[in-house]
Amino acid sequence: MLSELLQFLFSGLTVGAMYALAAVGFSLIYSASGVINFAQGEFIMLGGMSAALLVQAGVPLPMAIALAVLVAAAAGLIVEKLAIEPAGNSEVVTLVIITIGASLTLRGLAEVFLGKGNHALPAFSGEDPLVIFGATLMPQSLWVMGVTIVVVLALALFFGRTALGKAVLATSCNKLAAQLVGINTRFILLLAFGLSAALGAVGGILVAPMTYTSYDVGIMMGLKGFVAATLGGLGSGVGAIVGGLLLGIVEAMTAGYISSAYKDAMPFVLILLILFFLPQGLFGKKTTDRV
Amino acid sequence: MTMKPTTRGFLFLAFVLAVLPLALPNGYYYDLAIRMAINASIAVGLNLLIGYTGQISLGHAGFFGIGAYASAILTSRYGLPSGLALIIGAVATAVLAFAVARPILKLKGHYLAMATLGLGIILSMVIINETELTGGPDGMPVDAFSLFGMQIVGEQAWYVVVALILLLVTRAALNLIDAPAGRALQAIHGAEIAARVAGVDTTSFKVRVFVLSAVVASVMGSITAHYVGFLTPGVAGFFHSIELVTMVVLGGMASVFGSILGAVVLTLLPQLLSAFEGWETVVFGLILMLTMIFLPRGILPTLRLKFAGRAA
Amino acid sequence: MLEVRNLSKTFGGVKAVQDVSFTVRGGTIHAVIGPNGAGKTTLFNLITGIYTPTSGEILFEDAPAGGESPDRLARRGMSRTFQNLQVCMNMSAIENVMVGAHLRLGTSLLAGLFRLPGLAKADAECRDEAARLMEFVGVGRYRDAHASQMSYGALKRLEIARALAAKPKLLLLDEPAAGLNHTETAEIEALIRKVADSGVTVVLVEHDMKLVMNLSDHILVLDYGRKLAEGSAAEIRENPDVIAAYLGASA
Repeated sequence: MLSELLQFLFSGLTVGAMYALAAVGFSLIYSASGVINFAQGEFIMLGGMSAALLVQAGVPLPMAIALAVLVAAAAGLIVEKLAIEPAGNSEVVTLVIITIGASLTLRGLAEVFLGKGNHALPAFSGEDPLVIFGATLMPQSLWVMGVTIVVVLALALFFGRTALGKAVLATSCNKLAAQLVGINTRFILLLAFGLSAALGAVGGILVAPMTYTSYDVGIMMGLKGFVAATLGGLGSGVGAIVGGLLLGIVEAMTAGYISSAYKDAMPFVLILLILFFLPQGLFGKKTTDRV
Repeated sequence: MTMKPTTRGFLFLAFVLAVLPLALPNGYYYDLAIRMAINASIAVGLNLLIGYTGQISLGHAGFFGIGAYASAILTSRYGLPSGLALIIGAVATAVLAFAVARPILKLKGHYLAMATLGLGIILSMVIINETELTGGPDGMPVDAFSLFGMQIVGEQAWYVVVALILLLVTRAALNLIDAPAGRALQAIHGAEIAARVAGVDTTSFKVRVFVLSAVVASVMGSITAHYVGFLTPGVAGFFHSIELVTMVVLGGMASVFGSILGAVVLTLLPQLLSAFEGWETVVFGLILMLTMIFLPRGILPTLRLKFAGRAA
Repeated sequence: MLEVRNLSKTFGGVKAVQDVSFTVRGGTIHAVIGPNGAGKTTLFNLITGIYTPTSGEILFEDAPAGGESPDRLARRGMSRTFQNLQVCMNMSAIENVMVGAHLRLGTSLLAGLFRLPGLAKADAECRDEAARLMEFVGVGRYRDAHASQMSYGALKRLEIARALAAKPKLLLLDEPAAGLNHTETAEIEALIRKVADSGVTVVLVEHDMKLVMNLSDHILVLDYGRKLAEGSAAEIRENPDVIAAYLGASA
């Protein structure tokens, strides 16, 4: 009984960590620009795919990982520069469609250049499972959770202690005010996209050894990361992390105790419930409009 | 008294629809024309929500799917008459749309995007998983549509049906825009708070137009099911929802004829893209981005502005 | 006509409006003035249902109105304009005004889908009346124009036309002269007098003292969310507290 519960908890936390990273990426971009970036999932996919293919081509694992993150970050910067910036202050619908277009383009390009096949990344430190209280835990899971914690701490340091990090926060609070104190908000937005892409890619790389990666995993991952961010409260970093972990656990529990077929539907049921009862999410702020 | 531009447009549409069959050489083209007309009807309905009222729906294919599978299941598995099945599908859609919309539409725009996204995906997954009922990923066949004992079979018969439906939907939409309710919808988009102080119950209106556009999608889903004769879960999928939104946005938001144009273009696109084998997704994505960046109002309104500029 | 009793509104830690009470008699022009941040627009938003009071009461024609939604209040005869223009730039000028008459027309979505003859006729009448209102407020020459083609001053007047289209009993104007030059301000002053003379009770928030002094029967002064003074134009002009609030206490 307990071992079963622990099993689900472990797998939930593992995939939840990836959702958390994706969710932080979403929240970051939403905060800095109000844009809901539907292409976030593709950054996750790019990370995993690039790393897998680089390793297959003979590049040593650590370097492949670093390069893959850079590739995804570069994609993020390109998307911002070529798709978001030209759109200026367009309406929400327009921006949503642009990011969807970007997502399709990235996915399409991956399909053409990286092929339709499934790829797997070798596990970072071997495949021998550990057994804790009767539940099996893959060492890769420990990597996932460990790296996520490190990343989260690094982000906290970045936003809390560095001038650049605080500039991002300032931009997300009030873009005009940030500009008036000399913050280059264009650059901040670029940074936000690049950073979100990198975060997503890290998540994608971390879980790639356990789940196959292919050119079309982006959609689902992106949407779920987005649900996690909303659950936690769009714009809240802590919320994104909590939302991601929570989502992962709920998904694993659903797969284990209810039905594995509907486990993918669970995030979307959750989002409907959240929107009905707690639209600002767990940690989000209630906003009032000034008229 | 000079004719209004919209009346002229409507008559032009009727004319085109009446004359088009003469230009269609074979069944393949008929099929294309029928699909265009079906998509156009959905797009006009969806545009009332997106273009006029300024709301977003990323799950409209789900409603299409409800209509399609309701018709398929109720006629093929339970032997109900097609007309009744269509109505049941539409009512079910209306109820669901209302239940979801009422709480969500009190919130801001992008919350509806998320909710409709979630709803669409859930519906799509239900259709895929309930294999016994829906045939699952392999799909299910659908009986022909029969009304008062007559069956609608063959491209020409179907063309007449969908053309008439399109004319009906277009006429209704044009009527609505000129009516106080239509102005209220546009006001909600333009300055919602101003609409409220003018007495418009904005939440109620948003819900009503949402339900209306959902029902249109559902009815067209039922029609498509009977026309094609075979259904797969993809009809309710996320990609189809995006296609529908693209038709509206590409053709022209807040333009009835724009949506029809968008539907025509987007139905043709896969045919044109077959030359770009393998690159379809990329091209589609690029078209979306480029249109939104350079023609944010869509094709028709941009063209209209260009011509108005020249005439001035 | 309008009675406000011990009205308060707090946002988090900010007490935007504190314990404000006043009465507006029907058929008068009543002004609300005060330094920036005094709570004037918040007061307006409370009266017109955009904010819900934290405490206190609002009575419109002796019936409770605090916390009612704006569209319900519109039904009861309240209308308003906005400090930062809320004009539908996606519609033509005349359509903007016609929206104001929304409550007096057949408004069901379903009815709109069918072009019923009664509806068409009522619509045409509404359009004529909207054109008349546009003349009344002085933007008649924009009759066939689109809202996006109109100047700022013209749009301010268009909003007033929209508010009047509802045939309100009480009209609240939020800074009607903001952003207007001297000539335009004089025109707005004349317009507001015309509106009041036609029987509408007017409450306005304004910074332009000349306009306020010329027009108002009664003035309410707010400062830091509290009522500082209330009285006729002459009384307010002489009031030392008001002078201190605006100009700073004398050394």
